[in-house]
Amino acid sequence: MSIAAHLPALQVVLPLISAPLAVLLRRRDLAFWMVTAAAWAAFATAIQLWLQVGASGTISYHIGSWPPPWGIEYRVDRLSSFVLLLVSGMAAVMLPYARTSIEREIPEESHYLFYAMFGLCLAGLLGITITGDAFNIFVFLEISSLATYVLIALGRDRRALTAAYQYLIMGSIGATFIVIGIGFLYLTTGTLNLADMAGRLRGVESSRPVLAALAFLTVGISLKLALFPLHQWLPNAYTYAPSPVTAFLAATATKVSVYVLIRFYFSVFGESLVYEHLPLPQIMLGLSLLAMFGASFIAIFQDNLKRLFAYSSVGQIGYISLGLSFDSVHGLTASIVHLFNHGIAKGAIFLLIGGIAVGIATPGAVAPAPTFDRLAGLAKRMPLTCFGIVLGGLSLIGVPGTAGFISKWYLILAALEQGQFWLVGAILLSSLLAVAYVWRFVEVAYFRAPPAGHVARKEAPLAMLIPAWLLIAATIWFGLDTSVTVDTALDAARQLMGKAQ
Amino acid sequence: MSPETVILVALALPLLGAIGIVLAGKSPNLREGVTLVTALGLFACVVQLLDPVLTGARPAVSLLEPLPGLPIAFRVEPLGMLFALIASGLWIVNSIYSIGYMRGNDEKHQTRFYVCFALAIAAALAIAFAANLLTLFLFYEVLTLITYPLVTHAGTDKARSGGRTYLVILMGTSVLFLLPAIIYVWHVTGTTDFRAGGILPVGMDKGAVAILLALFMFGIGKAALMPFHRWLPAAMVAPTPVSALLHAVAVVKAGVFSVVKIVVYVFGLDMLAGVTDWLIAIAGFTIVAASVVALHADNLKRRLAYSTVSQLSYIVLAVAILAPLSVIGAVLHIAAHAFGKITLFFAAGSIYTASHKTEVSQLDGIGRRMPWTMAAFGIGALSMIGLPPAAGFVSKWYLVSGAMAQAQWFTLAVVLLSTLLNAGYFLPVVYRAFFRPLSAEAQAHPHGEAPLPIMIALSITAAGTLALFFFPDVPLALAQQLVAVR
Amino acid sequence: MLDHFGYVVTVLLMVAGLFIVIARGNLIKKLIGLSIFQTSVYLLYIVPGKLIGGTAPILSPQFSVYSNPLPHVLILTAIVVGVATLALGLALAVRIREAYDSIEEDEILMRDQIANSNEGMNA
Repeated sequence: MSIAAHLPALQVVLPLISAPLAVLLRRRDLAFWMVTAAAWAAFATAIQLWLQVGASGTISYHIGSWPPPWGIEYRVDRLSSFVLLLVSGMAAVMLPYARTSIEREIPEESHYLFYAMFGLCLAGLLGITITGDAFNIFVFLEISSLATYVLIALGRDRRALTAAYQYLIMGSIGATFIVIGIGFLYLTTGTLNLADMAGRLRGVESSRPVLAALAFLTVGISLKLALFPLHQWLPNAYTYAPSPVTAFLAATATKVSVYVLIRFYFSVFGESLVYEHLPLPQIMLGLSLLAMFGASFIAIFQDNLKRLFAYSSVGQIGYISLGLSFDSVHGLTASIVHLFNHGIAKGAIFLLIGGIAVGIATPGAVAPAPTFDRLAGLAKRMPLTCFGIVLGGLSLIGVPGTAGFISKWYLILAALEQGQFWLVGAILLSSLLAVAYVWRFVEVAYFRAPPAGHVARKEAPLAMLIPAWLLIAATIWFGLDTSVTVDTALDAARQLMGKAQ
Repeated sequence: MSPETVILVALALPLLGAIGIVLAGKSPNLREGVTLVTALGLFACVVQLLDPVLTGARPAVSLLEPLPGLPIAFRVEPLGMLFALIASGLWIVNSIYSIGYMRGNDEKHQTRFYVCFALAIAAALAIAFAANLLTLFLFYEVLTLITYPLVTHAGTDKARSGGRTYLVILMGTSVLFLLPAIIYVWHVTGTTDFRAGGILPVGMDKGAVAILLALFMFGIGKAALMPFHRWLPAAMVAPTPVSALLHAVAVVKAGVFSVVKIVVYVFGLDMLAGVTDWLIAIAGFTIVAASVVALHADNLKRRLAYSTVSQLSYIVLAVAILAPLSVIGAVLHIAAHAFGKITLFFAAGSIYTASHKTEVSQLDGIGRRMPWTMAAFGIGALSMIGLPPAAGFVSKWYLVSGAMAQAQWFTLAVVLLSTLLNAGYFLPVVYRAFFRPLSAEAQAHPHGEAPLPIMIALSITAAGTLALFFFPDVPLALAQQLVAVR
Repeated sequence: MLDHFGYVVTVLLMVAGLFIVIARGNLIKKLIGLSIFQTSVYLLYIVPGKLIGGTAPILSPQFSVYSNPLPHVLILTAIVVGVATLALGLALAVRIREAYDSIEEDEILMRDQIANSNEGMNA
């Protein structure tokens, strides 16, 4: 057996093993290299898997060679390979950043634990994405969530603790809802394998337990992906977590939850069940609009830059769920593309904000919160950082030439296909709210006079700037050349909707 | 070089220039040298394309593909050729002028200024050569964003609020109206390419065509059709070279250029028959209303800005008439107004640099101290009014001929009225400058003409305004090609 | 009713647990509620898996009725997850008490607000 045949298992196992090894090694440098090597290997694996799936179709891997539905199956199709790419890529870029960044944010003696938790979180997220087994999803979900709670609690501010606690409560409720949903499905179909389950559900159609399962799963996953109004945990968690954690969570955790939702909706329940027996699309549409307008509106009035972009995330998730509510290939494409594009852009922005936290700190002291009064005239001191945030912000707005434009294009196309012209207006109007909050930053950073005595130019360390700018460059690149993103997303959407060409 | 390569070189040159400017940022002389060399090289490139285009070739290149079936592509056709010629040609003159102005007024952040300028020109050229709506839209937005730092150059509160208006209106209209219009076209036709005769399906519902036209016309906020004209006066907080090249030439011309291009290549003149009455009315209203505001504006740059609003609507109006002759007029007016208005702005900047005067009421007798400047101002004013021997006369001639051919009496009335208004707000300036005595306060502060680079630039554009009257061959040939392809 | 005895208990525990989480302000009590809530799910899985009179699925000629082992195994995993969650939650509660000197939600919120307004005055 060659290694190539076991790539799906390695995808999860490598980061999973790196975590306890990091704990055993204890030395922070060794722990860093251990986890980073695993993340890079995972990224390489994800690329390889993505290529394989593109060339020869869905890969089914049987853990321990037990054939499904008895054994656990790892299943890599167009969609999951795409999400794997995003998650592992983000980890690969952000770990080197974290090394410099946490020196100022986390006490040195717990660095190795940080890397261990990061590795666990990564393993969990990759596991959720790759597995084809319903209960396995829950287990990996909890692995990643527990690691996430710890990572958030590592923030220096004591409010990080309450934020982590709050997230733990909300997250556990969400996860429990998901298990209840899976339980109902299991009781109805007698199987945990997603593909098998889907086949058996075709015969059941709309029985009560199945609809109950759908409801529980929807609510549980929505909690995890912070669908408005189930987003309360998110702003605090993003604001007080250490910056690499915020960036990684914003780029991947909610996105993987979206993936789970798509997986259950389209691969397990099937569109007819989801979209015809319950008023789910209407509810989804309403909540998405609330998120797009409500959360973006709240974002405009935030004083803490991290919190501002946290609310912006809630708003952007609204676009993703809006795409789901259309029940069309283009709508689904918009969701998938946006989860990728937004992940990159928001990840980059949070990385740069981490740089700001370092830049405005007095040497040796704890980094203060990036509130607007501290950011006045920042562009003079940190031109690269500020310009990067502006470019990332343009992607959030959806300016052409950035990745955000591509997702918005498909979203509008999907709305036009359904003849919902008012929705086109709503989508565009809400993107103007993004202009408002991005430009708040621009005006403070570029126009306000810097506080006296702080005029020396001091950029963030290169080790932090390079990963962030790598992602910013990716944001621009995926706005101009979309052969990777759109092609994959279109294919995935067609595959999910059963309209493969 | 093949024409295709020339296109790419022309687009890349200002970008390379921008990098060069950044690298040379420490030494002002070298930096300005880079700007000038780039501008000259760019113009040389663009001129090379003129011959192939005049002989009927349409060189095209395609770069990346952001959306399946929707590449970022460039294709040179007569209209874009003309716009590119104007933008790149006047960039040279404007760079000379900038050197005098920026140094004369000790402006800060000059490197940023020249970099953004070069990038703005690159965006304008990309708009000129755009082969489809997506490319046009992409660089349209880029142009908005890249000129934002130029508008807010001063960094004051006034600049910031002006920049806010600038951004909100331009970004707002383009996102709310232009983008859905483009996506709708893509949805209906499956293409966004500019094709002679239009791309919309024959027999499309008139109501839908009218709505689409409205989305396009208001979506192109850069054309400053009322009520979305406020950004233009707001942008006057920028340094004068910016107002001159961008807000008399590159940015606003990108707007009306897009209007003409979309009407001719997306709708096609025939498609629009019968649905442009409201557009004629709004354009006519904008012409008159903006002129009335200009009549009352005491700030010279503000007066010029409202004059621009009014003149831009001439072009929209000329297109809306849908007569081939008036479309020729529209195209010619893009060139004529560019030369005339840049001259006027240069003169305003020259007055400011030499005497720090900004209001019309302060200009009594200034013609005696700055005869050269004010003579140029007079030539520009003639062109705006539409009198011979200035370029504005030619374009107005075609516009009026087209209106007569279509029996558009409303249009004729508007043109007549606005001509009077134009005379009403430009001639007093000239009169004051030459025939009123110097005020006591002005006598206490003697000054002469502005620095040499300013005067050189001013003379060139004034001469150009006259030259376009006597030799309108190239723009005319291009305009006739545009109309003939129908 | 008696037929569904298991389900009734499950639902009661579920609702009670969720209620405690939402209604109580004490961080420890919240965690207790969360545990009850999670425990109800264990029942949800196990109850239908157990057949009265069935034995463990070890093949033997004496027995013909077996219980389904899979739910038990699944719940074993879920219990581990639940324990980990509880442990982490309690650890956080300890840290919060160290930082705020309280484990009552409203007091913590109040202290944050005071800290916020102080910060505002300094800035």
